[in-house]
Amino acid sequence: MTFILRRLLHGAWVLLAVSALVFAALYVVGNPVELLVDPQADPADTARTIAALGLDQPLWCQYRTFLGNAARGDLGTSFIHGVPALSLILERLPATLELAASALFLALLLGIPLGLWAGLRPTSLASRLIGAASTLGFALPAFWVGLMLILVFAVQLQWLPPGGRGETREVLGLSLSIFTLDGWRHLLLPALNLALYKAALVVRLVRAGSREALAQDYVRFARAKGLTESRVVTGHVLPNTLIPVVTVLGMELGALIAFAVVTETVFGWPGMGKLLMDAINALDRPVVVAYLLFAAALFVVLNLLVELLYGWLDPRVREGRQ
Amino acid sequence: MSESRPDSTPTPTPISTSAGGGVAAPCMSRFSSSFLARFAANPAGKLALLLLALTLLTAFAGPFLAPQDPYDPAALDILDARLPPASAAAAGGTYLLGSDEQGRDLLSAMVYGLRLSLLVAGAGTGLACLLGAALGLTAGYFGGRWERLVLALADLQLSFPALLIALALLALSGPGLPKVALALAASQWAYFARSARAAALVESGKDYMAAARLQGLSHARLLWRHLLPNCLPPLLVILPLQLAAAISLEATLSFLGLGAPATEPSLGRLIANGFAYLLSGQYWISLYPGLLLTLAVTAITLAADRLAAVLDPRRQEG
Repeated sequence: MTFILRRLLHGAWVLLAVSALVFAALYVVGNPVELLVDPQADPADTARTIAALGLDQPLWCQYRTFLGNAARGDLGTSFIHGVPALSLILERLPATLELAASALFLALLLGIPLGLWAGLRPTSLASRLIGAASTLGFALPAFWVGLMLILVFAVQLQWLPPGGRGETREVLGLSLSIFTLDGWRHLLLPALNLALYKAALVVRLVRAGSREALAQDYVRFARAKGLTESRVVTGHVLPNTLIPVVTVLGMELGALIAFAVVTETVFGWPGMGKLLMDAINALDRPVVVAYLLFAAALFVVLNLLVELLYGWLDPRVREGRQ
Repeated sequence: MSESRPDSTPTPTPISTSAGGGVAAPCMSRFSSSFLARFAANPAGKLALLLLALTLLTAFAGPFLAPQDPYDPAALDILDARLPPASAAAAGGTYLLGSDEQGRDLLSAMVYGLRLSLLVAGAGTGLACLLGAALGLTAGYFGGRWERLVLALADLQLSFPALLIALALLALSGPGLPKVALALAASQWAYFARSARAAALVESGKDYMAAARLQGLSHARLLWRHLLPNCLPPLLVILPLQLAAAISLEATLSFLGLGAPATEPSLGRLIANGFAYLLSGQYWISLYPGLLLTLAVTAITLAADRLAAVLDPRRQEG
């Protein structure tokens, strides 16, 4: 319990620090009037907004108001769309989560078998190729791989559409692509693009983990008991390689959401990353600020969940921290 | 990574061993081998050295050999825009790799772009290393409240992906390459600070530091002449790894339109320029700069792995 409490406190401190930094960037470094008031507004409107925002108040008062508004979910109103910035982001959130979840699934689907293969047969040619491919997977710039996927599968072969989200279906109040064939066709390339780096990472982790497990006494004992090789691998080697995979992937969830900005821009996937880039290009500051604060909150929650999951998977962590 | 455990079966072709990679080189001449010889003692090291030389030569000698100055508007002919590879230029000569949408010779633009990418990423990572080392060393040396503050700030940076931090800074401050370098530094310094602090903590407890302290040397001298040199190896190992990451990051930011301006394209910007014409099959504007970018990142990553293996004494023994 104290463990959870401590993580919650840490999360609160991170959020507070981020809000202070964003506040500083907005109010202290830049001119808040320029940033928060639509430059096209007439002078009377501008004056009214300045008074309404309380920009004549002392700085710490302003920060308190800023925090209070943020806590109530008021992150400003979009200049371009004229609606609350937070609602714009929440509207786009399901698309991003769907993309990130699909990418994570693909990364595990590709990474675990390949990593296991390379770990169990470290000297075979296939394992060397897998190792080289994972090195390349780290070095290849993700956005460029996205373009090349479009070039090959959409332009040359014309198998898949180059972008967009395709047909969606309402499930539990969310419109998702994974329930329609057309949606799948649109989802496949961006998800693969986002998954490649993570797949390379999973290969590394599983390969190192299974090599290490093979040398352990419990594996030798399982073999001595006369278990079949497949039982040894699925029952003893694999589970022990998965703990670091869960930890690292948990830490990488945030990166997945951040890199979705790039993938969504390349494939025109209408998630919150594309919203951010559109907002940056249109100088729609409230949406940019709202995205940053929302992403920070999302990361804090994700990190917390991963810590809890990790404690549940590995009893040593739980014991050690109580 | 987690491969520091000495391999029981040394494999002869370690190209595939990659990241934690570099199977410990059998030390041929244990006493006289110079650093470079040790570095290139196995095929992975030789490959890394070759690719690194190729990248650096392209970036820093290439601009003198390039057929065109892509930053000089007078040298560009807009009528030559988007010609496929091996087309003849209006002014004579050939566009070996084609031309881009402003009529730039793509090969020349790539060579200049690589130099720009390396310079910006190098500046950002260098700054991150300086800042991180200064904060980390003083944190480990002085301890107390200062240490807690530095660690808390580093924690804060590390709880967000580098891309997001850089993106946030550029979104709030506007685009431009100097800002990209600063954003790279701001999103990378914590890695250096963490390991500098860890090294400083270990080194501070050693006898030579106690001896130096007893001589009544000033803090500045202790930090600069005694602590810093002994804390360098771990920093040298992360430096090239972060540089490779910074090159990718700069390319990504420039691709998103937050980095290099259209008139002086880095590799990421060149790829972005080609994006608009990809669907009409004019692939070369995006393809070739991306290949060069991959070459540069691979070269530096492999060299970083090899450097880590050479600098780690435990792997030398194996």
